Amino acid sequence: MANDKRIVITGLGWVTPLGHDLDTVWRRIVNGESGVGPIDRFDAHGFPTTFAAQVRDYDYRKYLDDPALHEHAGANSQFALGAAKQAWCQAGLDKYSSLDPRRVGIYLGSGEGVLDFDRYVATDLESWDEAKRAIDHQRWIEAANKQLDAWGEIEQEPNMPVSHLAREFNIRGPAYNCLTACAASTQAIGEAFTILRRGDADVMISGGTHTMIHVLGLTGFNRLTALSTRNDDVQGASRPFSRTRDGFVLGEGSGMIVLETLEHASARGASPLAEIIGYGSSADAFRITDMHPTGRGGAAAILQALEEAGIDPHAIGEDGRPLVHYISAHGTSTGENDSIETKAIKSVFGEENAYKIPVSSIKSMMGHLIAAAGSVELITCVLAILHQTLPPTINLHEPDPELDLDYVPNDARSANVECCLSNSFGFGGQNDTLIVRNWVE
Amino acid sequence: MSRSVVITGLGPITAFGAGIEPLFDALLEGRSAVRRIERFDPTGFPCQIAAELPDDRFSVRKVVPKSYRKATKVMCRDIELAVGAAAAAVEDAQLVTKAADPDAEPTVPGHRFGCHIGAGLIAADVDELAAALMTSRNGEGQFDIGHWGSAGMENLTPLWLLKYLPNMLACHVTIIHDCRGPSNTITCCEASSGLSLGESMRVIERGSADACLTGGAEFKLNPMAFARQIFAQRLAEATGEGVDPTTVARPFDPQARGTVLGEGGGILVLEAQDIAQARGAEPYALVAGFASTQSFCPDTVGLQLPEDGDGLAEAIEGALREADMGIGDIDAIVPFGSSIPNVDQGEAAAVRRVFGDRASSIPLITTVPNVGNCNAGNGAVGLCVAAKCLREQKLPARINTSGANGLDANSCGARDAKLETILVCSSSQGGQNAAVVLKRT
Repeated sequence: MANDKRIVITGLGWVTPLGHDLDTVWRRIVNGESGVGPIDRFDAHGFPTTFAAQVRDYDYRKYLDDPALHEHAGANSQFALGAAKQAWCQAGLDKYSSLDPRRVGIYLGSGEGVLDFDRYVATDLESWDEAKRAIDHQRWIEAANKQLDAWGEIEQEPNMPVSHLAREFNIRGPAYNCLTACAASTQAIGEAFTILRRGDADVMISGGTHTMIHVLGLTGFNRLTALSTRNDDVQGASRPFSRTRDGFVLGEGSGMIVLETLEHASARGASPLAEIIGYGSSADAFRITDMHPTGRGGAAAILQALEEAGIDPHAIGEDGRPLVHYISAHGTSTGENDSIETKAIKSVFGEENAYKIPVSSIKSMMGHLIAAAGSVELITCVLAILHQTLPPTINLHEPDPELDLDYVPNDARSANVECCLSNSFGFGGQNDTLIVRNWVE
Repeated sequence: MSRSVVITGLGPITAFGAGIEPLFDALLEGRSAVRRIERFDPTGFPCQIAAELPDDRFSVRKVVPKSYRKATKVMCRDIELAVGAAAAAVEDAQLVTKAADPDAEPTVPGHRFGCHIGAGLIAADVDELAAALMTSRNGEGQFDIGHWGSAGMENLTPLWLLKYLPNMLACHVTIIHDCRGPSNTITCCEASSGLSLGESMRVIERGSADACLTGGAEFKLNPMAFARQIFAQRLAEATGEGVDPTTVARPFDPQARGTVLGEGGGILVLEAQDIAQARGAEPYALVAGFASTQSFCPDTVGLQLPEDGDGLAEAIEGALREADMGIGDIDAIVPFGSSIPNVDQGEAAAVRRVFGDRASSIPLITTVPNVGNCNAGNGAVGLCVAAKCLREQKLPARINTSGANGLDANSCGARDAKLETILVCSSSQGGQNAAVVLKRT
């Protein structure tokens, strides 16, 4: 039966506000550092929120043998190329010549590209008819032809990072991009996992990439009042599970992983870093703006993943602990998410076990990477297993009396970590959960 | 055991209206809805024609439950189209969902009801955004970003961002019909609908849902999205003077000069065969095979697809293999048939490569000349038409094309035909391919 196939992770890579390589970013996570700072990519001084966690000093070209292939790459594709290259090389696929491109697939959760705001506004300014207080469409297209950059516009389609990575790594197998808001890359990895289990590919590259640190991204989230406005303490602003949390902090970047069937990895002598054992996906089907107050959607996704992994959430292992050792929370630092996610975790694991499972949010350090968030959080889970260390939730100095799980406050913690669960919940009620465990033969 | 998946409801939405009947009638009669654009003033654009769905043929307010009418205010056109298509599909399948009666027992329990909808990069409405942006001009008429951040942006509705997120198509549909099962939004341009159907099929096969709403929808008939298609050199030059707009799109014709856009797409109801049988539903077709691949794109981003049909040919072969069919088993093909010369060429090459000598005798079914290229929704139009052809044992008329080289694609009238299996395939801008084999039940 195809579903007995074991699916392993053989490569990891990321480009994040805390750095562009596995070791640096992990070290900074363990140190509890923040990647948040003032927005300097555009003039944000007038906005309710003036800060974000930006990727800094990053040049994707240094990861590529032939950067000319990607000369028009937009920001999302740039992040994705660097992250994927790291994962590809860690998996040893750069030195493996027998790969069948038709058995290599790609499933990304990439966000839409960045609207070229300055040129867009210039186009509007040129074509605004003051008398009618409306755009003159005829003048708009003339101005657009003059102002807009054709490649910049083409590269905004969300499937562009898939096309760039496929070209870079000669991928010819199943190819998808999904965009389910903040759940996208968790969902992408989950779907890549099911494609491998079905036997439709031997290797999948999967993950997410996104930036919404641009004028209209900040505008949109500020209008929704979803962002923290703690402009006087920007590194303390992302404070998941804290009583004084006031919204999320925008981050950006990419996380990419190489997934393989165990057969394929073994046959080429690759060492698995970890194994994916469960995936769940659900919709709240409640409201476009709010999560269901009981956390039913998140709980459904967690339960599906546990069921697939064969884990009883109420069981206690031989070591006296629940069978899940760490939960990487969606943990956005919004009032709603952190409280409902806590409810969902309790409803699935029961109070007794829920209190025994450490839960933390790296969004406290690198902000919310939106479509890419789930992929960097899954990578964090793998590193927690490899390093036997739990990443902290920083800025958690004022506990919310309603939120009483073990959120690994402020300091990383050594722990015996074998099995981790990672949640992502998207706007509009899309919920996805992955379960990853240490590699054992 | 993996379960068989059938199509039990069709909900195309095109310029001819919502539902399969108006579309199929128009196709049988060889009518085209392509005309001069009225949704914006296209004067000055090199292409000024498209297939628009007029307001007197479709109003989203009339197809949502009364309690949901308020939410139509935060729906961009893409969402309206998906919501309209879903309503048509649910009605056609005779499903009872929450939309019809919140207190009735639904045909498919919410947690067993999935939803996979393809969507595109949604362009914010130019007029709406410009009207807000222009409030932030300074004394010299220049845009003042400080004013925008502190005051101007308040001219946008607070939920502005949520109008334009691609996953909002699925979110509204899942809320209206209470689909709480696995849910996803595929964003791979013109391959999105086919890939979404593949996702739904796999979800039902592996037992994660009993039924799914699946398909896609897109609206690129606004100046920004339209301009992007022009930048990508997809559209036929057609200013409407001296040329009959209905004759411009001519797939596989050596004189083809580009595609013509339409607004629309479709949603289909996919069900596990056993569930459909148990409720006495009469399926249109069995989803017998599916495959997805990535083409190797010389230009990286897939504006140019391989001339030899590489990628698409493998997707078709993969779908045939899963359906356990040979090249002699396919009675008709619904290609993308975009009328974009190099895309047509790649598609023709793929068909010839897979079907060899039979290629010239398998009738192609084209829809782009009639309802335009509906982008992410295009594959869903094709899937609905294919399913209807299987039920009616009829092939629609074809219009405009002459001189198609080695393919049965020239214009002709509608005709009766013995149809057991139809292949539906598409290649995206970006190089992702999807192929689906439908079998008469």
